[in-house]
Amino acid sequence: MVKNPYIPTAVEIISIRPESEVDYTYRLAIDLDVDNGQFVEVSIPKVGECPISVSDFGNDYIDLTIRHVGKVTNQIANLEVGDKLGIRGPYGNGFPIEEYQGKDLVIAAGGTGLAPVKSIINHFYRNPEEINSLTLLLGFRNPANILFADEIAKWEEADHIDVILTVDEGDEEWAGNVGLVTGFVEQINFTDLANKEVVIVGPPIMMKFTSLEFMKHDIKEEQIWVSFERKMSCGIGKCGHCKMDDTYICVEGPVFNYTKAKNLVD
Amino acid sequence: MSYRVKRSEFDDILSKLQEDYKIYAPTRKKDKGTFSDTDLVLYDRVSSLEEIDFNSKTKYSPKEVVFPITQTLFYFNGDEYIEAEDKGEKVLVFLRPCEVNAFKRLDKIFLENGPQEDIYYKRLREKVKFVVMECTEGFDSCFCVSMGTNETEDYSIFIKVSDEEVFCEIKDEKLTEVFADQESTDYTPEFIQENKQQVEVPALEDITTDLFDSEIWKEYSKRCIGCGRCNTVCPTCSCWTMQDISYQDNENIGERRRVWAGCHIDGYTEMAGGHDFRTTYGDRMRFKTLHKIYDFRKRFDIDMCVGCGRCEDVCPQYISFVGAIKKLNQAIKEEKNNG
Repeated sequence: MVKNPYIPTAVEIISIRPESEVDYTYRLAIDLDVDNGQFVEVSIPKVGECPISVSDFGNDYIDLTIRHVGKVTNQIANLEVGDKLGIRGPYGNGFPIEEYQGKDLVIAAGGTGLAPVKSIINHFYRNPEEINSLTLLLGFRNPANILFADEIAKWEEADHIDVILTVDEGDEEWAGNVGLVTGFVEQINFTDLANKEVVIVGPPIMMKFTSLEFMKHDIKEEQIWVSFERKMSCGIGKCGHCKMDDTYICVEGPVFNYTKAKNLVD
Repeated sequence: MSYRVKRSEFDDILSKLQEDYKIYAPTRKKDKGTFSDTDLVLYDRVSSLEEIDFNSKTKYSPKEVVFPITQTLFYFNGDEYIEAEDKGEKVLVFLRPCEVNAFKRLDKIFLENGPQEDIYYKRLREKVKFVVMECTEGFDSCFCVSMGTNETEDYSIFIKVSDEEVFCEIKDEKLTEVFADQESTDYTPEFIQENKQQVEVPALEDITTDLFDSEIWKEYSKRCIGCGRCNTVCPTCSCWTMQDISYQDNENIGERRRVWAGCHIDGYTEMAGGHDFRTTYGDRMRFKTLHKIYDFRKRFDIDMCVGCGRCEDVCPQYISFVGAIKKLNQAIKEEKNNG
């Protein structure tokens, strides 16, 4: 019998970790074959379903970093360790991390855009020999919105990783960078241009202007990778909500090379 | 093999067919139209020739047979998910060539697009057989010939009615038995060769992203009211949204359904947190138009639109889809002249 693609599997929550006031990382006990940057459909029975990117994964778990902001995610806020979430997937493509081997990789992430690329960062954090250098340009709205603060601190200490962390608006205690991600692109080392790959994930406007900023520094379109977020009901190319031109974000994306992404218009 | 059947004997054939099939056909509901003293023509179950309206276009398409407005996918019972059962009913649907071609478009999305088939669509689709009604005149808003959807070879029965007789060509061997006692004839199906409306569909290479910002779409921001009628009557609109419900008498039990969605309707692109794409009606008209006559073809080699004209028939703002295609052609021409 063909497996019904729409029926989720009930999966136990093994831990819940607050990342900010509204963002929480749920670790779920499931052995899933995930590529970096893929997403799953998350269900609360009788409430609904929504696509959530996998923020990290291991042999017997996946992490989902979820902002309590919608109909389904506000219900997820009421769940506790030991409760279950419906999961189906993973869906979509992932980042082609084999193409980043030996390269000078730059990852620019805005806000929750850090979630879908966190597993790539941790992959190269654990395997420094696979990469020439890794530069992170991480932007958040304000200090209270900073996600994965412990992991960022861990990345900052690694010799092979450079981290530029900035917030759009600081507060009295904030002594770090203030300003949009685009303003910090120039701080990146742009020698050996041909060996660079750039991953940019965040709100649409951030991805657009950050891409343009990198191209001002002679990074080619082919060297830039982005990830899209759209409304999706199915994740398997049937419901139509995520389509842009002839491209289904859930099937051919959510990760696109800039050469393709630049022609996708909503 | 073709047969001529006396009208008076056709109901016997229908009742024999009904032993194995539910039969759906265009029917006329007296005084049920939107305006006073108007009828509503829509698909319904039939059991006699008298009930079938061979001369009118239904307001809604026959797509509900394979893609219901609301379809339960599975039930929730605590942490359990129970797949909605397949009722397994075989269906015969009376329809026109353009509508058979519309099913081919739905097949592309539900059976071919993405990594796997849609099992709910497939199990309904497998049980549908087509009875094509000869349509050589069309209706005012039709443009099937322009869309290349005026003919089809995919049918079990092809049927033409006259005052006295019904002519049937039977392709499906399983159905020939029902016609065994009838007189054979040399009837061959005919198809419409010219509509009142004609339109040329632009070549793929003529559509560029520059046209996405064209002024032609802005007019629709003023005219379209985002009611989505065009989406609901379209035989090829295939979009849907998940919808969960719980039962009032026991909140532990509920179901997940899919329901029709439309790209003209508010909320179609809205994500949690309120971020929305295509907020103007002009952008939605552009999105729908290009899907129907451009990007679907880019993906599947055939246009999605079958030229049935229903969107024009129901639009409360009198927006013509043929008109939109013509404006697009004009914009392409101007773009070329400027370029």
